[in-house]
Parts: sequence; C-alpha cells; structure tokens
Amino acid sequence: MPIRKVMKANEAAAWAAKLAKPKVIAAFPITPSTLVPEKISEFVADGELDAEFIKVESEHSAISACVGASAAGVRTFTATASQGLALMHEILFIAAGMRLPIVIAVGNRALSAPINIWNDWQDTISERDTGWLQFYAENNQEALDLILIAYKVAENEKVLLPAMVGFDAFILTHTVEPVEIPDQELVDEFLGEYEPKYAYLDPSRPITQGTLAFPAHYMEARYTVWEANENARKVIDEAFAEFEKRFGRKYQKIEEYRTDDAEIIFVTMGSLAGTVKEYVDHLREQGIKVGAAKMTVYRPFPIEEVRALAKKAKVIALLEKNITFSVGGALFQDFSRALINESEKPKIVDFILGLGGRDVTFRDLDEALAIAQKALNGEAVDEVNWIGLRKEIL
Amino acid sequence: MAESPFKADIERVQKEYSEKMTPGAIATIPGSSVVNKTGSWRVFMPEFNRDKCVRCYLCYIYCPEPAIYLDEENYPVFDYDYCKGCGVCANECPTDAIIMVRETK
Repeated sequence: MPIRKVMKANEAAAWAAKLAKPKVIAAFPITPSTLVPEKISEFVADGELDAEFIKVESEHSAISACVGASAAGVRTFTATASQGLALMHEILFIAAGMRLPIVIAVGNRALSAPINIWNDWQDTISERDTGWLQFYAENNQEALDLILIAYKVAENEKVLLPAMVGFDAFILTHTVEPVEIPDQELVDEFLGEYEPKYAYLDPSRPITQGTLAFPAHYMEARYTVWEANENARKVIDEAFAEFEKRFGRKYQKIEEYRTDDAEIIFVTMGSLAGTVKEYVDHLREQGIKVGAAKMTVYRPFPIEEVRALAKKAKVIALLEKNITFSVGGALFQDFSRALINESEKPKIVDFILGLGGRDVTFRDLDEALAIAQKALNGEAVDEVNWIGLRKEIL
Repeated sequence: MAESPFKADIERVQKEYSEKMTPGAIATIPGSSVVNKTGSWRVFMPEFNRDKCVRCYLCYIYCPEPAIYLDEENYPVFDYDYCKGCGVCANECPTDAIIMVRETK
C-alpha cells in the first residue's frame, strides 16, 4: 500500500530518487535544494538505497561525475538550483549531446546579481537550449511523480536525453504537504532496470564516447538531439498514460482548467498554477469568462497542445517568472513560434511577475486581468508587462 | 607513391562510419582517427628531396603522428592526409633532405 507522509518538495525529490534506485548520486549543496542530497545521503548511509554517493566540490563536478557514471551505464541523479545549475551549463550540453539519461531535481531559484535565493524560473529557463527535457511541478506530489516520469521518458530508446524537474524554491522546496509515496514494487515495474544499449562500460566491447566530430559529422549529431526531442513528445504522453494507469494520478503536457468557454486563458507553470486556478474560480463566481492552463512540460515545447489551447481563447495571458531580454518571457517566444503561421490566433499578452520570490497575489493578477481585458476589447496594450512592479522606487 | 599500409583499416572504418550515426555519436569500433583526416589544418608541409636522403629513418622515428612510412627501397613516404606540418621531421633530418614549405592549394 502506498503511504502518505507530510514532507517538503526537497524530501519528495529525495524519495523519488530513492524509488528510482540510481546507482550514483553526485551532489553539491546549494540553497534551496540542499536538503535533497542531504536526505539521499541519509538513505545511502542507512542502507535504504544501494548507491554510490559522491561528495564533490562544485556543481560542475557533480554533473561531470553524473556524466561519467551515466556513460558507464548506470542510472544517476543529482539536485541543484540557480547558480549551481548555471555552473553546470557547459556539461549540460555534453550530457544531452552524449544522450545520457541523467535526471536533475532543480529548486527553481533566481539568478544573481543581485544575490537572491528565492523563487523564479530563470535558472532552468536559461538552460532551455541545452537539449534537456524540462518538467515543472505544481506541488510536492508532482515533484515526486515527475522525477519518476522523467526517468521513464529519458531512458526511452527513442529519446535518451537528460531531464530536469523544476519545483519552486521555498514555495515548494521548504513547504510541507501530504505526499503519497508509491510502492517500491510498482515503481520497479514502471521504470524497470536501466539497461543502456549504447553508452556503457564494457572492456570486452570497447567504444569511444564523447567523440570529436569534424564538420562532416557534427551537424548530423546535433540533428539526432533535435530528433530525440521531437520523439519525446509522444513518449511523454505514453509515460503519462502509463503512470496514470499504475498510480492513478493524471498528467498532461498542458493541463487545462475551466477553459471550455473562456475568452481569456492564463497560462503559467509551476506552483503559480495553483494560485491562478484559485483566481479563475474567484473570477468565474463573478461571471468573468476566464480559464487557466499549466505547462507541465516545457521542453520539448508542446506545440500541438498550445495550438489546440489557442483555438479556445481570444486572449492568451502568459504569466511568467522569467525574463528573456528584448523578447519578454521565454513562454512568449515559444507561444509566438507555435502560433505564428496559424490562420486564426488569439492575442498574446505577456506578463513578467514574481521575480526573485516576490509574492504573486490576487491584486497582481487583477492588474494582469485588466490589461488582458483591454486586449480582449480590441484596445492597444503593451505586449510585455511587468506586474507588481514598485514603480515608486524606480 | 607506395600505398598506405592502413588502406584496409581506412576502408573498414569508412564503411562503418558511413552507416547510421549512433546516439551520442559513440564510436563503436576503434579506428576513427584514420577516417578523420587531421592533415587539413596544416600550414607548412614537408618537402622531400630524394637525392639528399641517406635513409637514416630519423624522420620516420620522430614523426609524432606517425604520418611517415617507408617504401620498398626504405625511402620515407609522407602521408599528407594526416601530416599536421609540425616540422619535427625537417628538424631531425641530418642532410636537409626535408624542408618545410608553406602549404599552397
């Protein structure tokens, strides 16, 4: 029987790692995800997890150790956040290029300067071009589940790409919620043993990994990473379906909430989705036709699902805790790409909010709604809007 | 010019690598170095004067690649597909039978 325990998302991520039975975990402590490797090191020390726990001197080394271990053919895990993820940056490309199904838990945190340990998505969003799959959790249960699903997708032969699962710093990492821990046997059946077909260490069949590619081969190698990302869309759907069958919890690349007759749809990711759903309920009571949509999967970007969502609304209001300079938020860029050649498309209005852990309240969302309603009425509005900005101190 | 002693290897590896790319661009058999022609980034190339050569083999011994092999009469043969133009052979040659000249295409 699955047990329910009250825990933080950091502990949920550690439990997910324990259930997935990685053979090597390499990690360096960083706020807010420090508790993840701490908890895993307890599991290893208590003999509950049979794995090598490597204490490294930086995140650059942590991910390098994971690349080495994964190339040797075992399941690996690490956790990080913010500057730590940024320090992993160059190795993230290597992991994806070498097609190693490493999984990272990321406590989504703002990037310096100024130094800030609180939540936004700038760390993982900045790594969107590395080739890694990206999942975003709304709550602690999703943090656990999505890590298991991430392994399932990453290790699929048609994908073989590393994956990161983001959960919001402090809002989730340090907040307790009841989390259902699935049965080990069911997880074993769901994930199976990791049996690498290509990347493994076998002295009787020597291979070269991390090869040099001349111009004659490099482009093809990069194309295979693109192709694997494209394949991942279908594999993710299959993994979600199988997860639901086994564990009863349903996941979708884009989860829609009260979108059926909505004129304005708020689109967001991570824990903010909970607030926005609540806000939609609040507006619906007043008879305002709004809906919400949550991006569970950000890479590969669910283009078809976005197109289907866009058909339902007159205005898409993107609520983003990241900033891509000159463009607005990263979602704005991705939504534009998905809809640019559609004959009928809704207006897209971008909202930057909640950076560096600033609370996103109903009052902020009212501010966004007012702008979205103007767009709905055909009035001219700014494409990119900063919400909750303290203009008086600027 | 004598035939490269690596001809069979080159053909075998070329065949393997013309087939489907493995995930992660893994080289599944040894020998990719004979396919990747590393001579392409050379600036200076060794020019050989057979009349001055005393067949001491110093160039053959010192070539770090090795891109020099010996023909039937034990004269050195330069494999320009792999010679990077480092000039060690010219430097070691006691009779100046090898000189480095700027590569022209």
